[in-house]
Parts: sequence; structure tokens; C-alpha cells
Amino acid sequence: MAHFTKAKSLYEWLDQRIAIDTLRRVLATEYWIPKNINFLWAMGMVLAITFGLLLISGIFLLMYYQPNVDLAFDSVNYTIMKEVEFGWLWRHIHGVAASVVFLIIYIHMFTGIYYGSYKKGRELIWLSGMLLFVTFSAEAFSGYMLPWGQMSYWAGMVITNLFSMGDLHLNGLVEWIRGDYVPGQAFLNRFFMLHVLLLPLVILALIGFHFGTLRIPHVNNQEGEEIDFEEEAAKYKAGKKKESKVIAFANDFLSKDMFVVSIFLIFFFYLVFYHYEFAMDPVNFDPADPLKTPPHIYPEWYFLWSYEILRPFSTNVGLIAFGFAQVIFFFLPFLDRSPNAKPAHKRGLFFFWFWALVIDMIILTAMGKLPPEGIFSKIGLYAALTFIGLWIILPIITKMEKEVKE
Amino acid sequence: MGKAFGAVAGVGAVATLYAMKKTWDPLPSVKAAGFTTLDMSAYEGNKLVTEKWRGKPVFVLKQTPDMVEYAKKKNELNRLIKVGNDYYLVAIGLCTHLGCIPGYNPDKRSFLCACHGGTYDSTAEVTKAPPPRGLDIPPFKIDGNKLVLGEEGPEYKKLVQDGVTMPV
Repeated sequence: MAHFTKAKSLYEWLDQRIAIDTLRRVLATEYWIPKNINFLWAMGMVLAITFGLLLISGIFLLMYYQPNVDLAFDSVNYTIMKEVEFGWLWRHIHGVAASVVFLIIYIHMFTGIYYGSYKKGRELIWLSGMLLFVTFSAEAFSGYMLPWGQMSYWAGMVITNLFSMGDLHLNGLVEWIRGDYVPGQAFLNRFFMLHVLLLPLVILALIGFHFGTLRIPHVNNQEGEEIDFEEEAAKYKAGKKKESKVIAFANDFLSKDMFVVSIFLIFFFYLVFYHYEFAMDPVNFDPADPLKTPPHIYPEWYFLWSYEILRPFSTNVGLIAFGFAQVIFFFLPFLDRSPNAKPAHKRGLFFFWFWALVIDMIILTAMGKLPPEGIFSKIGLYAALTFIGLWIILPIITKMEKEVKE
Repeated sequence: MGKAFGAVAGVGAVATLYAMKKTWDPLPSVKAAGFTTLDMSAYEGNKLVTEKWRGKPVFVLKQTPDMVEYAKKKNELNRLIKVGNDYYLVAIGLCTHLGCIPGYNPDKRSFLCACHGGTYDSTAEVTKAPPPRGLDIPPFKIDGNKLVLGEEGPEYKKLVQDGVTMPV
């Protein structure tokens, strides 16, 4: 047995048993963050906090929610909203956070793309982040089923039908996923399970992995500068904090992180208390009716761009285009052939590619919300083709890029 | 030793996956969902009625003489079911694209799916993409003046054989 001496403090007592001193150094006081970054580097912490809000509000909603096709709608819209004290608060936090979390995810992703934070040792950060994006999408979709309103039901119908894979007619697979010919009790129960247990477990594991992938390459900086972290850390520890290019994660960087989080939370709770309706589609306040499709169905705003890539084409082509849009971001580190891990404004054509992608995705989002008629159908079609085209030219324009010298 | 352990664990893993797959299958009570019998004399020409079969909406649209003319002209008469002297469109009311319920416009005599903008004519054949094919016809059996949904009569089997509809 290992030898233990009498501890002089609780800290020492714990340190002898679970090495909290080492843990603290590795995770906080000697985890180095470059100084040359901006507020966009706080989005990871904003996401972690938002996930925490989702988890806590979700626990309280879970106490009264009934995963039953006859009871679900009323358990949300009557019990939680009218009977449970402060039930409305948890629901509005949960709904608003589910929407806002995607806004922050997109900012976080595009920050990574702009500054080239998926290159030169940071590929796994990008890949694990994309896995998180996919799991969050599944989590959002499964949660959207639970109030069992008209939008829940018909989104469930349409999205599960995607798995018939067009002309492959895999109706058996669709029925297997639903546990029924149409979304029903079996469907609601299994999506409830996915939403409250399996997917959150996967998300927690992936968050751990995402942090792990960051530890060795460290976070990028505004200039894409390659920093010798050991050398800079030595300066910092020697007391030359001004000269050093890095600061410790905690408490130095964390205090800056928390400043951005505070600003975010003011905005967030403003939405929760005064503008929650943007996250609560009015159509979903009609109970699910399997015999009546709402006249105009559309997904939540964060799925609109990929929905619009599906819509203008015939079934098979649409599915292939949609599949392409779902997976193509995973391949970014390998499609970008440039040797430069630099911000976009130092990379010539890539700068224009970046903004073209952002603008195109905003157009797709806007068109996805509008009815599929006339000019909107056309704009949607061209924006979808542009999206695919941009990814096809990416390897070419990045291959042409000249190496940027310091 | 390691190989033996691995083999036993592998068999266990496969068996577990099989059990998990089967647990997700539709239950027998769901599969045994019954049959729906329709009295065809109750419908009126060019007035869409939505019935329910296996939880899915089923469109019944009795054809007026000019609609029958249209179907003949378009060579789509085989999509209609003849009961007595009348022709009926009987089709599953879920868009063949992704399963929304199209709405019927009696003046234009066409269906429009609001989800992705697909349209169908009065025999539920596609007139505008994205739907890949006309609305599917459910299995049926003609029984005098009645139509039994869920049973496969000779007329239905012929439709499937001729490729007029997909087996549902």
C-alpha cells in the first residue's frame, strides 16, 4: 500500500489521494492561452455555459413532461406553462437556449474557418467539433418532437422519411426508426429516450474529447502564429508576464472569458424574458394531427440552409445534395490544400471564398423560410448550386495559394 | 486464451445488437392494424374526402365525367378504381417526396404539397417535381359497392404488376 502522511489541510488531504494539484496545473494554472486573441475565442466557454443552461432547465422540464401521445401536448402547454410555478421559465430558457446555442455554434465554426484553426495539428479539434454539431442537431430535432404539436409531428414525418433514401424505397428502415407506419407512441417514446439520455451522454463524451484534442496543439491566435508554448510559459513563470506571449487559462484567461459570457447572458436573458416567441413556433401550439399537414412547414432557422439545399431538386438529386451539405464541413481540413494556417485576410482568394460561403448560407437560410414559389425557388436553386460549387473549387483555390512568410 | 475470450465476447456483442434491433421494430399490435372498409356510394364528384388507414390519410376523390375524360386523354385511367359505373381516385394522401399531406384545389383539379411545392393532377399523378411519382394506391379489394383497404384484390395486384403503383 502507498504511504500516506497526516495531511495539514483538506487540499493536501485530497492531493495525496487524487492529485488535485497536478490536475489544477494541467487544466488551469499551466494551461497556456495566447494573448493575441479576441472575444471570438470566448465562444467555446459561451457554448459550455449554454449547454449547462440546457441541462439544468431540461432537468426541471423532465419532472412534469409526459412522453405519451395523448398527454404530451397538455403536459407542456398546460401543466408546465400554467400549473407548475416557474415552469414557463424553464421552458423559455430551454427553448431560447436551444435556438441560441446554434447561433453560437455557427459563430464558433466560422471563427475556426476564418483563422484556419483546423490546420496543422488542429484537425481533430475540427472533426470532434463537427461531431458535436451533428449530435447537437440530433438533440435539437429529438427535443422538437416532444411537445407533440403540428410542427413536431410533421417535422418528424418529413425527417424520418429522408431515410427511405428516395428511389431506394427503404420504407422498412423508416418504419423501423419510427416503430410504426407513421409517427406514433413508439416514435415519441424513443425520441424522448434519445433526447434525455442517449444523446446527452454522447454530447458529454464528445465535449470531453473536444477539450482533449485542444490540449496539445493549444488554441490558435489572431495571426496564426506558431508559438513555442514551453518557452513562453517559462517567461511567464519567471515573472516576465509582459514579455510572454501567453497567459494561464485560469484565472487570467477565464476572467476574460467570463466577461464575454456575462455580456452574452444579458442578451440571453433579455430574449428569455422579453423575446422568447422567436423560439416558439406558433404552429406548434396546435396539437399534432396526422390527417392535416400545416400549409407551410419549415424547420427551425438553424436547419434552414441545409433544408434549402434539399428543396429545389427532385427527390434523389435533392437527397444527394442534402447529404453533401451534411458531411462536407467534416472534410474542410483535407479540402483546404494551402500550407498557410493564417487568418483569411492574409490568404488571398480564400478570404473571398470565406465571405462567399457566409453570404450564400445566409441567402439559403432566408430562402428556406420563404414558400417554395416563383422567384424564391430560383434564388434557392442558384444558392444551393453555389454552395456545392464553392466546396468544389476550395481545393483548387487553396492549392494556388502562395506560402505566406512571417 | 485472448482469442477465445474475444470470440465469446464477439458472439455476445452480435446477439446484443440483434436484440437491440428487434426491440426497435414495430410491435405486433401496430403491425396488425386492421382493415378499413369504405362505402363508395357515399362520395360526391370532385369532392375530396380523407379517410384513415393504418394511421395514414387516404384520399378518395370521385371523378366527374370531365375528370374521367382528362384521365383518358392523359392515359391515366388505370390509376382510377372502377366501382360500379363510377371511377374513383383512392390514394395514400402522403406526398411521395417526404410525406406531407397535399391539399386539393377543386377548381384547378390539382393537389399542391406545401412543403416543397410539388403538384399532382386529379388522378394524383405528378405534374411538378420534387415528388418522384404519383401518390401511392393502397392495397384494396372491391367488394360489391364497397372497397376494403388492406386486402389485396386481383385489381390491386394487377396495378402493382403493371408498375402503376408501388407496394405499400
